[in-house]
Formats: sequence, C-alpha cells, structure tokens
Amino acid sequence: MNTMTLLRARLEKAGDASAPRCAPPWRAPLATFAIGLAACTLLPEHAGLLTRVFIMAMFVLSLDLAVGVAGLATLGHAALFGVGAYAAGIFALKVMPDPLVGLAIGVAAGALLAFASGAFLLRYQGFTFLMLTVAVAQIVLSLAQKARDWTGGDDGLSGFSVSPLLGRFAFDLEGRVAALYALAVLVVAFYMLRRLVDSPFGLAVRGIHENRARMAALGTPVYARLLVLYTVAGAVAGAAGALSAQTTAVVGLDSLSFALSAEALVMLILGGAGRLAGALVGATVFTLLHHTAASINPYHWLSVVGILLMLVVLVPPAKVWPWLRSRLGAKA
Amino acid sequence: MTRLLQVRSLDKRFGGLHVTRNVSFSLAEGERLALIGPNGAGKTTLVNQISGVLRPDSGAIHLRGEDVTRQPQAGRVRAGLARTFQITTLAPHFPVQRQIELALFERERLTWRAWRGIDRYPALQAEAQELLARFGLRRHAATPTQDLAYGEQRLIEMALALALRPKVLLLDEPMAGVPKGDGARLLEALGALPRELGVLLVEHDMDLVFRFATRILVLAEGAMLADGTPEQIRRDPKVRAAYLGN
Repeated sequence: MNTMTLLRARLEKAGDASAPRCAPPWRAPLATFAIGLAACTLLPEHAGLLTRVFIMAMFVLSLDLAVGVAGLATLGHAALFGVGAYAAGIFALKVMPDPLVGLAIGVAAGALLAFASGAFLLRYQGFTFLMLTVAVAQIVLSLAQKARDWTGGDDGLSGFSVSPLLGRFAFDLEGRVAALYALAVLVVAFYMLRRLVDSPFGLAVRGIHENRARMAALGTPVYARLLVLYTVAGAVAGAAGALSAQTTAVVGLDSLSFALSAEALVMLILGGAGRLAGALVGATVFTLLHHTAASINPYHWLSVVGILLMLVVLVPPAKVWPWLRSRLGAKA
Repeated sequence: MTRLLQVRSLDKRFGGLHVTRNVSFSLAEGERLALIGPNGAGKTTLVNQISGVLRPDSGAIHLRGEDVTRQPQAGRVRAGLARTFQITTLAPHFPVQRQIELALFERERLTWRAWRGIDRYPALQAEAQELLARFGLRRHAATPTQDLAYGEQRLIEMALALALRPKVLLLDEPMAGVPKGDGARLLEALGALPRELGVLLVEHDMDLVFRFATRILVLAEGAMLADGTPEQIRRDPKVRAAYLGN
C-alpha cells in the first residue's frame, strides 16, 4: 500500500467521523440479558418480582414503539396486552398447555387486534386518536366482562396450567424458570425492535413522527407504514400479556384496564420515550418502586409514585445529567 | 419538447371561497415556469392540488401522460413529481444526513425493510454525502436539522426534492424568509438544477422570477390572469394593474 492510498483511507475515515452512526443492534439487548441474568442469579428469592419487571419492560417497550418511535399517543395499550393474556390463557385451557405455542397465540392475538383497530384508529391523529384508543380499550374490556364462558368475567380466567418449557424445564414454584423464560423473550423482542428502529422502515416511521407532511411529500405511504408499526407493537404487547398469563396462571380484567395503560405510560415517561432502552429503565424503576413502596406502606405508595411522576415531568433530564456530572466532578 | 405536467380546468372551493377557478396550463421538459400573483391568489392551493395534498373539485392533472388526479401523494412522487414547501417542512431532530437518507430510501422503495440497519446501505450513504457536498452542507452531516441556519434549511428542502430524482419540481417560494445576504447559495442551487427538469416556481421576488423563468403564469383570485414569456408579462396592462404596479 503506497502513501496515497493510505492517506485516502485515512481521509475517508475522517469523513465518516462526521456522519451519523447507529449503535450496534446487539449491544443494548446483550447488556439487558447480562443484567437480567445477574439479577436472577443473585436474587433467586425475588424471581416473581423479576418476572413482573421483565413482563412490564416488554409491555412498555411495545408502548414506546407506538408512542416514542411513531408518535402515536395512546391510552388504550392495555387492550393489546390483555387480549394476548386472555388468548394465551384460553389456549392453554382449551387446546394445549405448551408455553411456546401459547406465546405465539398471544403474539398473534395482539397483532390481530392492533391491525384491526389500527386500520380504523390510524385514520385519525392527536387527541382524536388518543380518545379513540381509550374507546377501543373500553370496548374490549366490556366484551371480556360479558363473555363469561370464555374469560371468566369478573372472576378472571384461571384453572389452566402450562407444560414444561421445551418439554424439559417445568415451571417451578419459586418461579425461577418463569423469570428466565420472561427474560429470554424480552431480550429477543428487544433485539428485534432495536433492529427495526434502525432499519429503513424504522427511519421512515421516525420521520413520520417528526413530520407527517414531509414524509408524504417524499412519497411515503404514511398510513400503511403506521399500520405495520402498530401491528408490531400489538404483537409485542400480546407477547407480554401471554407471558403474564403463563407465569401467573391467572388472567384478570385488570390486564385490560385503563389503569394499566396509564401506568405503562408513566413508566415510559419515567425512563424517557423514543429510545427503547428508556422503556426498560422506566418499567424496572417503576415496578421496583411500586413493590418496595407498597411493602413499606400499603396505603400511601401511590403518593410516592405521584411525587416521582411530578419530578420526572417537571425536571427535564437534559438538566439532570449536567447537574449530576458537575456534582460528581466536584467530588472527584 | 415533451409535456411533463398538464393541468386542465382545475376547480376548487373551500365552502363559499372559490380558490381555484378553471385553471389550465402545461409544463414541458426543461421549462422554467414561474407562478406569480398577489397574496391570497391561490398559488399554494394550486401547488397542493398538483402535489396531491388537496383534491380538486373538478378538472384533471396529468403527469407524464398519466392521469394522477385521484392519486395520493405517494403515487405522484413515483410518477416523478417532487415539491418543496413554503414553510420549511423537515424532521427537526434528524441529523442532516439522515434527513437526506429518508428521501433516498423512499426513492429506492426500501422503507418496508425492517431488519438491515440504515448504516448497511453504503451506496445510499455515499449518495447522501455527495448530495450534501453539492449543497455545501457536508460538514453538517451529523448536525440536528433544527440547529442549522434558516437559509441552510431551505437548501435541505431543495436537496430532499432533488434526492427523489424528479422529472417535475414544484418550488413553493424557496426564498421565503431567507435574508437577502444568505440567498446566494439558494440562487446558485436554482441555477444548477438539472437542465431537463421541468420546474414550476412560486415566488414573490420579482427579480428572481424574471431572471429565472422562461414563462410566467399570473394568478389572481384563483383564476389565470395571464400566461406568457417574461417580456409579454412585463408589458401586459392587466398584470400591471393587478399585481406588478408601475
């Protein structure tokens, strides 16, 4: 290699430095897996809580796809979670107990509801969209309430069991298999969504979030792109619901409730929307806080959450980081 | 000369307001057509109907021989139409290069692909950087679009439209809001547009219009007042009375 080609190669490298770059798609999911695995090993007695964290993280991940990535502000996301949970529960009860097939059924149910409702919802924007997502969730909730023969109505769906994972790992009473199962599904989903967000499709959807008129003028079929994205979000939410049904062996109407939708949105805001990793952080912090605050004071834990939410909304993270850094820098 | 764009008897009302009245014109390959008229004459409304943002009540729009009157915007872009906006319409938080890549991925019809990372399309990245270099924006590749000066954002508007490799380009007041001193690069970009491109320019700056256009359309109260060469328009008594003044 002569000097000229060397020089050119170096110049090209220098040019690349100014170009925007995406982080490798496996990095954050791998880190999640490592942290999750460490938590499962170090805190085996909290396997139930960890399972809850993983499931909520997955649900908030799905919400982030809709709200943070695509800019579809929704308050009806629990419908997609709940329908996945009921589908997986009913499937285990009436057809077969295999967890992976049940998971696939939950995914399909979530995707199907998202596709069918999205085909209607995505014709609207802003507040109209928001109100209609609430309406759709309420319709699904009241249908679940009425269809007692299938869902158990207000009593909830129970009495189903799940067979060993891959035919080998039985779900134990301490919930260790359940936690690892939920973690594995979460990591796989996270990896796939990481890839999706940094793909041409993800770029176009983020572009729609930023400026719909611009994307339409570039020739993007806006409605079609959003419908696909919403369906993917539905699939992930359905998977989270299915995991919840399989690991707790019970599905209640609360899995379709407005409260769950709102809670997930709080978690997303807490962690920061639009970056996927924020969804995981927010879900973890909120769920752990919920757990500890509720065990310290079962009556006032909600006010702790309320104060926390006010802090998060009123103090922008852009100000927190420099403040924290200067503090740490001053000490060091 | 082949006809790229043909607009026939276009008519549009917003309730009681008659914004487009029986407008017809055509645009040929290589032509530089300027659309002028007083504020509220319906210029942007006309551009919006041609680009598919609005649907006309009656009349027809043909793009390279194909009737696109009922087509959505995406179909028209595919038929070779690109536009810029009077009010800067960009993704404000995107790095400039990503902004350009949006247009390139769309042109190559890759935005249904959801697995391979956007960094793994080296040919498109090179094209985006080359396009940025052409507009003197290469060093801003990683800068968020909203941090750029307004004049530079207007350049990105034009770069995005050109990234689609259009046959017909609609420029809706490209110089709007740009300080006089910053207009040079935009003028340069206008001068460097591909020769065979058919351009419809909406503009208030009469110096620019008379320098740039090979033909001028005058719109007043939604109707076509005049259609002719810059020289004919300059002499037209109706146009002088309605718009140009003395």
